[in-house]
Amino acid sequence: MIEDLVQMANQIGDFFDSYPSQEEAVAGIADHLKRFWTPSMREKLLAYAEEDGRELSQPVRSALARLQKPVAGA
Amino acid sequence: MRNGARQITVWIDGKEVTVPEGTSVLRASALAGVGVPKLCATDSLEPFGSCRLCLVEIEGKRGFPASCTTTVEPGMKVKTFSERLAGLRRGVMELYISDHPLDCLTCPADGDCELQDMAGDVGLREVRYGYAGKNHLQAEKEKSNPYFTFDPAKCIVCSRCVRACDEIQGTFALTVEGRGFDSLIQPGPTGEFLSSECVSCGACVQACPTSALMEKAVIDLGLPSESTDTTCAYCGVGCSFHAETKGTTVVRMTPNKESLSNHGHSCVKGRFAWSYASSRDRVTKPMIRKRIEDPWQEVSWTEAIEHVASEFLRIREKHGRNSIGAVSSSRCTNEEDYIVQKLVRAVFRNNNIDTCARVCHSPTGYGLRKAFGESAGTNPFDSVDQANLIFVVGANPTDGHPVFGSRMKQRLRAGAKLIVADPRRTDLVRTPHIEADIHLPLRPGTNVALLNAIAHAILEEKLENREYIEARCDLTAYAKWREMILRPENSPEAMGPVTGVPAEAIRAAARLYATTRPAAIYYGLGVTEHSQGSTGVICLANLAMLTGNVGLDGAGVNPLRGQNNVQGACDMGSFPHELAGYRHVSDETARRGFEQAWGIEIDPEPGYRITNMLSAATIGEFKGLYMHGEDLVQSDPDASHVIAGLRNMELVVLHDIFLNESSHYAHVFLPGCSFLEKDGTFTNAERRIQLVRQVMPPLCGKQEWEVVQEIAQAMGYPMHYHHASEIMDEVARLTPTFHGVSFEKLARLGSIQWPCNEKAPEGTPVMHRGEFVRGKGFFALTGYVPTREKVSERFPLLLTTGRILFHYNVGTQTRRTANTTWSKEDLLEIHPSDAEERGIRDGDKTELRSRKGSVVMRCLVSERVAPGTVYATFHFPENRTNVLTTENSDWATNCPEYKVTAVQVTRVFEPVRAEERENGKPAKRREIVPAAGE
Ligand code: SF4
Ligand code: SF4
Ligand code: SF4
Ligand code: FES
Repeated sequence: MIEDLVQMANQIGDFFDSYPSQEEAVAGIADHLKRFWTPSMREKLLAYAEEDGRELSQPVRSALARLQKPVAGA
Repeated sequence: MRNGARQITVWIDGKEVTVPEGTSVLRASALAGVGVPKLCATDSLEPFGSCRLCLVEIEGKRGFPASCTTTVEPGMKVKTFSERLAGLRRGVMELYISDHPLDCLTCPADGDCELQDMAGDVGLREVRYGYAGKNHLQAEKEKSNPYFTFDPAKCIVCSRCVRACDEIQGTFALTVEGRGFDSLIQPGPTGEFLSSECVSCGACVQACPTSALMEKAVIDLGLPSESTDTTCAYCGVGCSFHAETKGTTVVRMTPNKESLSNHGHSCVKGRFAWSYASSRDRVTKPMIRKRIEDPWQEVSWTEAIEHVASEFLRIREKHGRNSIGAVSSSRCTNEEDYIVQKLVRAVFRNNNIDTCARVCHSPTGYGLRKAFGESAGTNPFDSVDQANLIFVVGANPTDGHPVFGSRMKQRLRAGAKLIVADPRRTDLVRTPHIEADIHLPLRPGTNVALLNAIAHAILEEKLENREYIEARCDLTAYAKWREMILRPENSPEAMGPVTGVPAEAIRAAARLYATTRPAAIYYGLGVTEHSQGSTGVICLANLAMLTGNVGLDGAGVNPLRGQNNVQGACDMGSFPHELAGYRHVSDETARRGFEQAWGIEIDPEPGYRITNMLSAATIGEFKGLYMHGEDLVQSDPDASHVIAGLRNMELVVLHDIFLNESSHYAHVFLPGCSFLEKDGTFTNAERRIQLVRQVMPPLCGKQEWEVVQEIAQAMGYPMHYHHASEIMDEVARLTPTFHGVSFEKLARLGSIQWPCNEKAPEGTPVMHRGEFVRGKGFFALTGYVPTREKVSERFPLLLTTGRILFHYNVGTQTRRTANTTWSKEDLLEIHPSDAEERGIRDGDKTELRSRKGSVVMRCLVSERVAPGTVYATFHFPENRTNVLTTENSDWATNCPEYKVTAVQVTRVFEPVRAEERENGKPAKRREIVPAAGE
């Protein structure tokens, strides 16, 4: 399952690649993960990012750092 | 019917009537309540003036002009009856009748025949010519079409059929051969409908005043005695029909002239292909089994529902709140989809609800919402009449949305310009009297590259609509987008080689689109089913805003939805992150409304999408699924992933009318209803909500919403609807865009396009007039990211997929009808040079292999596809597309990338059966043991 999540997250990252600033891209990725992913999926990806994270693109890792713990009601 | 601005007053038999300029005298008479006999005229066709039955006298005019071809003039005084006129009309009728069999009593049209009516109307009492002269009475019937016959003996050569085929359907299949008495209606050179160009839309049958063209079902069963209005359950056009019955047997479906979705037209599916509803394959009793290897055991409804409820409760208790969920269907009614998501949110107590729209149009919802603020198409179908340019992207309306396809062709014949972006030369590109101005045969998977390049050319050549952008769009976002689009990598010259379309053609398309106003975009799955599906939709929205083409008639961005209720399923809150009316679950106000009404708390976090449910199942975190009207094994990407997920679940409940491919992995089967057995509503691609009315009682004894309600009750949640209309009342109460909708109003108005509320009590045909729903239109950035699916030495061709007119999706319904007469198998289209390279000839069996799997199909060598691209339909279960397609999906919505798969094609001699390739033993898994005592 984690491979799927990594691929999906990187793909989201690719879309935001065309954004002019890294800041906007990271915010966009974080927002997308919050709006469309279940907390358990985000947790799994976070855990992977903390443990290893090699397969994740840089903007996705930065976005995850921003999400740290999923916020209820976000 | 003429719509002139000037009103003209005339007198018909002394009655004053005021009509628009251009109205015929015949029509004006009808409006004055005066009936004039007629045969060759009918209100759906242009006047022709051949039968001479509608003659009238007009004061100050010589002779007896035909009222159908004479238009009103100010102050005109018309006399529709006189001795002279009566004599003339009798003479006309005598001629007709002398060449017409007088077998009225045994004729299938007895009581429903305009010739018979007219003979009565003109007072025909004798036929002086006798019947012995030259006639057509012995002519043979033509029966090749499975649904209707042509009896030349009954034909009065009024040519209504020819005109219906030309003007309404646009197929030009019929001609009048010969002259005068010898003239005959001819369907194609062989004289056979089946081998002609005819697409069996039924327009000619509908137009025929006699029984010359007649439905076989009426010949067999007799004329129907009752009629109920309902909505077609096939595609997103949402044609309205009169379901005509004898008792509970449907005799025919005739298209509703009053309907704004189809204006009395139909296609072969809605008009004729409904017999699947009474197919012997229908399963009508609930069934359960412990293990998927066991045979099915028929049980009572009570036992089935208790079993389902207790199993869901047990699993939730054991594996946690998020271990269960449901998938609903775009084929079901709004009320069913709403109640299924309510079951999940209020009873399962999570947001694990997804719908099959996920695999077709979820990017539409995402993209259009992002750009305009609402997840729906902008304009009604009727708006195409005002379009001066039609831009069709990744859609094949003449096959996929036939009634709208015909409508579009009418507009194109009347002069609108046409651009088609499609890897394949679809029918629309070249069809009788229509030729696309520009066809952009792009490589599959490069929509975004192409659309960005078009935007680049528009900006570079300063063809954008600055006034519109400044007034209506978010200028900060626009500036960023503009900067990105104008980068050299997005120029037609840079993107030409990527898309396979010459830069000059891209520029020509850009110029034509930007300079012809209004311009309407129509798109389909060829845009959405891509790894950049959502980006593609955003690109289209950006193009329309860039040229000022949103919020006005004849323009807009219009998705052609695949299934009948894709729009509705999405509207009803069937996605895991959204409540009804597209409000995110994190939106507190929206949540509170539902929480108060339902008496529970709603999870503010999104739930699993279909693919997430299946992935979670493979690691043991998701254990119970209710599949409503859906066949994941057949229609979701990556069949092996689906099967692995389902196999790992403790409870798979399938609620459907047939045992489908997913039933091999189900533990409970709940029998469902065909659309003929249901009450409810469907919402078509133009946001039009229409009633679906019960025509016959449910074969299984219960409507589907009742079953869902009983499951909820058995799980301890109170639900007490008495009729589908009460479910819609709740939707209306809790959803701002639906506040004004009710079954009563739908019945009164015929249909309603949402938003329908205090601001728009009768609905909203064109959205975003004056202002976008989100305020300012938003240009989101749309960088092109190539798909990961690439051709290689092993898989050197790109496969793209589509559908044909006669079948629908995976063919579950149409394969159970006579539509198989036209198409018995799926076909693979391959370019002659690719075929030759592989030693493949037209009609050969070929193996189509991707890195995921293989299927065997007969091939059609055709120049419709470019070299390097192959095209196939997937309507038959032995060729499941998802055996081939990859796990790639849209970045934003996970809509699978069905339209791009790298493949190799080789000639085969021994076809491999689908079942042999699978690991299961379907035969065993379909066995049914009847309930005790039967
Ligand atoms: S088949 Fe019917 S519609 Fe056609 S010309 Fe004959 S009578 Fe008229
Ligand atoms: S059924 Fe439709 S396509 Fe066929 S001849 Fe009649 S009008 Fe034309
Ligand atoms: S066009 Fe679509 S809705 Fe209309 S009859 Fe055909 S399948 Fe049904
Ligand atoms: S109805 Fe007018 S000429 Fe036939």
